[in-house]
Amino acid sequence: MSLRSPLSQARGLGSAKEGVGHWWMQRLSALALIPLALWFVFSIARYHVADYPTMMAWVHAPLVAVTLVLFFIAGFYHSALGVQVVIEDYVGNEALKIGGIALVKLAHFALAAASIFAVLKIAFGAP
Amino acid sequence: MAENTTASKSAQIAARPLSPFMLGPYYKFQLTSVLSFAHRLTGLGLSMGTVLIAIWVLAAAAGPWSYAQFAQVARSIPGEVLLFAWSWALLYHLCNGIRHLVWDTVHGFDLKNTYLGGYLVVALSLVLTAAVWIVAFAF
Repeated sequence: MSLRSPLSQARGLGSAKEGVGHWWMQRLSALALIPLALWFVFSIARYHVADYPTMMAWVHAPLVAVTLVLFFIAGFYHSALGVQVVIEDYVGNEALKIGGIALVKLAHFALAAASIFAVLKIAFGAP
Repeated sequence: MAENTTASKSAQIAARPLSPFMLGPYYKFQLTSVLSFAHRLTGLGLSMGTVLIAIWVLAAAAGPWSYAQFAQVARSIPGEVLLFAWSWALLYHLCNGIRHLVWDTVHGFDLKNTYLGGYLVVALSLVLTAAVWIVAFAF
């Protein structure tokens, strides 16, 4: 016997009202990040000593620009979801928790937008 | 009477120890828990590191002068040490993340395999970190 109403069961969203959405997206972004992050850490190791023209030429290549954008989307998303869980686990005060999560999400959005814009600016600029 | 009990009960709830309470005197560390903490800590560190990554691409997009400013800091000794630590943190989080994904398929939960996976993750993260830096500079 279940104490949950038939409507609640059909929605399948549980007591947190968001179902397994967060859990699933954390895993999906993790899966995407396996190749993307491996490529990125190798690229940083290699290109952090590059001079300006080399760096420009590297980001300007379409494949690199697209992969960087993909890495930023998956990475910032995964990061926002992860920090949210840490805040939910360790911040007991409800106002601080909600405020902290909101701040973390907005900061991740802003950083992601800025990073993707920077890549596109180089990619669409003169080679 | 009833209110009194409710009040003392809520006081009890307010005073109960929260999650990391047992660390220190009540808790013996083992590989599994240390790696679990490390997963969270590297995750948090990598999240903070995204700020530097954003600054890196923004500096490059802004022009040669700002890129040179950033590169100067990045190539200082503290910059290189931070970058090396970051690369290990990312590769550890990646390897242990795969371990978590395997657990999500309900495999490897017995004691032997959790330890085996743990040692494997530590070794693999170190080997990968070395490999990344060697390959990045050798080719």
